[in-house]
Amino acid sequence: MDEALLAELGRVLGDRMLSHESDDVPTVCIRASDLYDTVEALYNDETLAYRFLTDLFGMHYPAEGGKSEELGLQVLLCNMRTSTRLRLSCRFSIDSPEVASLTPLFPAANWLERETYDFFGIRFKGHPNLKRILNIESMSVFPMRKDFPLEDQSREDKDDRMFGR
Amino acid sequence: METTKPPTGQGNPLTLNLGPTHPATHGIFQNVLTMDGEIVKDTEQTVGYIHRAFEKIAERRPLYQITTLTDRLNYCSSPLNNMGWHMTVEKLLDIRVPRRVELLRVIIMELSRISDHLICTSIIGVDAGALTGFMYIFQWRELIYEIYEAICGARMTTNMGRVGGFERNFPPEAWEKIDNFLRKYMKDFEEFDSMLSRNRIFMDRTMGVGTISGERALAYGFTGPNLRAAGVDYDVRVAHPYSGYGEYKFDIPIGVEGSAYDRFMVRQEEIRQSFSIIQQAVAKLKDEDPAVYRSEVPAWVLPPKEAVYSEMEALIYHFKTVMGETRMPTREVYHSIEAGNGELGFYLFTDGGRTPARLRFRRPCFIYYQAFPEMVRGCLLSDAVITLSSLNIIAGELDA
Repeated sequence: MDEALLAELGRVLGDRMLSHESDDVPTVCIRASDLYDTVEALYNDETLAYRFLTDLFGMHYPAEGGKSEELGLQVLLCNMRTSTRLRLSCRFSIDSPEVASLTPLFPAANWLERETYDFFGIRFKGHPNLKRILNIESMSVFPMRKDFPLEDQSREDKDDRMFGR
Repeated sequence: METTKPPTGQGNPLTLNLGPTHPATHGIFQNVLTMDGEIVKDTEQTVGYIHRAFEKIAERRPLYQITTLTDRLNYCSSPLNNMGWHMTVEKLLDIRVPRRVELLRVIIMELSRISDHLICTSIIGVDAGALTGFMYIFQWRELIYEIYEAICGARMTTNMGRVGGFERNFPPEAWEKIDNFLRKYMKDFEEFDSMLSRNRIFMDRTMGVGTISGERALAYGFTGPNLRAAGVDYDVRVAHPYSGYGEYKFDIPIGVEGSAYDRFMVRQEEIRQSFSIIQQAVAKLKDEDPAVYRSEVPAWVLPPKEAVYSEMEALIYHFKTVMGETRMPTREVYHSIEAGNGELGFYLFTDGGRTPARLRFRRPCFIYYQAFPEMVRGCLLSDAVITLSSLNIIAGELDA
């Protein structure tokens, strides 16, 4: 990551910044509990001024190599004046998938959070209308989680061992 | 002119369903309007009628099979989505494409932007009661689709191009059709423009209708022509250039009040700018070797069928590609392009498997459609319909 940007992020975020990388879009990993404060601080800072919410979406990391099963949330921000992007990434246990809603800061987060809830089961505290958006409301599963099969598993006419992931 | 006040419902609200299948929605999604007489008090949108779980399906498909999913996002400008996806994959795999490929891509992308915008602008006319302009200009979408057909064989869901370039070089018929387009389109376009842009009836129906301020538009995550109509000059082609857009001369038109009229006018001007970009790209092509149409990335692109039957290498790569033998790197990349409706983003997370571990489509429609209730509150019903068509909500992109 660019030194100047890193210094600025360090100044604004302090120890909320757990780690960072910049393979493509500069990325900062934070704790889920810090999400709202971090986004608000980045929004209000005059230099960084990440005031455009580009995207917000969920992730699912299955248990692997001794790591427990986790959900994640990615927030893509943009500073339109300098055309710079920043990705915030946080991971949390699948047993308590709850983070603060960003809708009070960005009206655009409303549907993005509903979509994330719909597909990953991440609950957003303080969301005005947290219900499913693309799937039917009576659905009881969160289909973008990895353990949800793509196809009806009762079918016997297809063998996915060869072509499956 | 004396204006009459629209009748109110004397305090008895009426619930009106606009959609899921309704001519005014131009796609399958529902608006539940709460009306007081002719005035829209509130509206709630129901989306998801054509949700096809693309992000889930993509997690089980190798990269080259995902192109067909992107076709079906904004199906009015499939080639734009295709090119955006190929560029994302190229970013993931660190593939550089030849300059001629970039030029060809720019031509295709701007053609599809024109075909996307011309549907939207002529449909605004239709919803305002002017069917003639639509019938007149719509033949050009047909002629643009014929260009796609000459290039890739398909018209609407194009699956055009491959990682690293195109599947084959543009045939002479494609160049003839592009040439025909460049010679004749502008005349028809300007005639269409003169039918509507200074038409008193059309102006009365669209000016000041469905307005949104730049500030609110940004808060709602607007991008593309709808954001620019609200006066914010954000264009991904300029802010985060790709495919060599930095070397073209073009203007970013912006509106003033974010009304349906501004959205119409911004799209009209963007068509002119796109046309000029195509001319510039065609001129630049003259310096390039006409035989180049892709970079060599055999591990990721199916080889030509004749080669598979006659060359060992090609046969090997054919199997490797189909069976997904080549592992992807472990990376997270985000790439976005200026699509017909705004910033179409692809977030691609790969963990070394043969399919993406996560693919996220940032669909501009889905994000900005949230603002619809705020934009039509207090409007007349007929204004709500025009606002809807001027936003250019495409159901495929809305639901993914």
